Amino acid sequence: MIEVENVSKFFGDFIAIEDVSFEAQRGEILGFLGPNGAGKTTTMRIITGFTPPSEGTVRVAGHDVLQESLDARRHIGYLPETVPLYTDMAVREYLGFMGSLRQLDGPYLKTRTDFVIERLALEDYANTLIGRLSKGYRQRVGLAQAILHEPTVLILDEPTIGIDPLQVVETRELIRNLGSEHTIILSTHILPEVSMMCERVVVINEGHIVAVDKPENLSTRLRGSEQVRIEVRGPARDVGTRFRNVDGVRRLEREKVDTNVFRYTLECEPGSDLKEPLAKMVIEQGWGLLGLESATMSLEDIFLELTTREEIPEGASQP
Amino acid sequence: MNALIIARKELRSFFNSSIAYVIMAAFLFFTGLLFIDSLSGPFREASLREFFSGYGAGGLTGNAVTGAFVLLLLGPVLTMRLLAEESKLGTLELLLTSPVRDFEVIAGKFIAALSVIAILLALTLYYPLMLYLFGDPEFGPVFAGYLGLLLLGGLFVSVGLFASSLSSNQIVSAVVSLVILLMFWFINEAADFFHGRPETILEFVSPRSHFNDFARGVIDTESLIYFLGLTSMFLFLTVRSLETRRWR
Repeated sequence: MIEVENVSKFFGDFIAIEDVSFEAQRGEILGFLGPNGAGKTTTMRIITGFTPPSEGTVRVAGHDVLQESLDARRHIGYLPETVPLYTDMAVREYLGFMGSLRQLDGPYLKTRTDFVIERLALEDYANTLIGRLSKGYRQRVGLAQAILHEPTVLILDEPTIGIDPLQVVETRELIRNLGSEHTIILSTHILPEVSMMCERVVVINEGHIVAVDKPENLSTRLRGSEQVRIEVRGPARDVGTRFRNVDGVRRLEREKVDTNVFRYTLECEPGSDLKEPLAKMVIEQGWGLLGLESATMSLEDIFLELTTREEIPEGASQP
Repeated sequence: MNALIIARKELRSFFNSSIAYVIMAAFLFFTGLLFIDSLSGPFREASLREFFSGYGAGGLTGNAVTGAFVLLLLGPVLTMRLLAEESKLGTLELLLTSPVRDFEVIAGKFIAALSVIAILLALTLYYPLMLYLFGDPEFGPVFAGYLGLLLLGGLFVSVGLFASSLSSNQIVSAVVSLVILLMFWFINEAADFFHGRPETILEFVSPRSHFNDFARGVIDTESLIYFLGLTSMFLFLTVRSLETRRWR
């Protein structure tokens, strides 16, 4: 559905993205993950045809976004990060305008407008001026215009930014449902969002693709180690040294919880379960064992790994 | 037709906001004064020439302030938000990623602004109507004068649209278009300093000298081409300027 091939974009000397390639299949929700300024918005703008790439090609539904721009644009529903809306128009009026710009007319336009208004639960606000709507409702209007013309491809740039938590949950639910009808590319810098919504994720940092994979694969692949968190009452220095000497412990971090109580985070060899020997040691030494848990790396840590590491991790390059 | 869809939307937002009404009130107030001024006093002829172009007796405002000049001052106010606001709101991004060509966007906005000018001019039609009631003005100059004002309005609007495409700040775009328009408008004053070819060129470049033909009742092909050509040129520049937005 969406094919991005060796796309680069330069603004003068500034390299916004370089040699970016990926594709999204029909009906797929593809997450586009990266910190602010990583080149997410630039990539989205290139796919929608708003910004032409400096190098490379992008095809949407088989149409080159530069050569057959209008055909490509007909297949795209786009929600930019800022949710641009005409604040002096009513919701229904706005949707009517956006629909006719996409060559919908007559009864079909009316049907579609009614449909998206219902789909996004905007019935009560259909005749309200957009300028009077809250941020969450504006977001819905933005989504409504994006799906109005039944596009094959939906490009959503940070669709949950700046709306309140309850609405974030609703919006995510909605986007997940939309995934059955559209191919969706969704950019975000919020990590849990990706594992919640996306089937595949493209991680981008400083204009380069760092990894493309399923969220769960990403975590197994990058799980170079397992962690054990243990909270102990006892002499900090002594506990630390002994823990460090346990077979399989790679690294140890300590943080103070209370007087004489510390939480130790131990990074262990993969596959080793050190909970038992550690617990045993604590009891034998007569210290107080206050908590013990094993933790696998969250996507958050992986993200930090991916984007703070200077070199691309082996095996994590694009397919 | 995409341009008409955009034009209809722009017209609606002109009349939904106060801007159209403020401009109409201002235009009617000043041209009304000019109209009264051009007729009060002894031996005044039943003509709109002074209202159009100020030629004739000096009157209250001399030759500088005319109906055409009031139009010049109000034009930038009318056009300043057309593209600047879209770029500030970010809606330009949606507009330019819709299956609409850049020139259709510009054409739509131009048609909308020109329609407001046409409505503005239609509102002053009671001036000639009164002349016909109380006097016997020639039809030719009245018709040609209004045609000239409409062409002039088109030129002002195209310059304003161009200025509006340059910035996302409405004030900046209004000032830029005012500066361009005033420069064009008064450039023929500089013709006095020259002789021969430069003088002819400066005279030709200024819309004022062309408009004066219309105000005298002369519809000159050269002036027609001047207005249509310059307007198209600015519209073309606007499309180009919009295209450069994509690269920035």
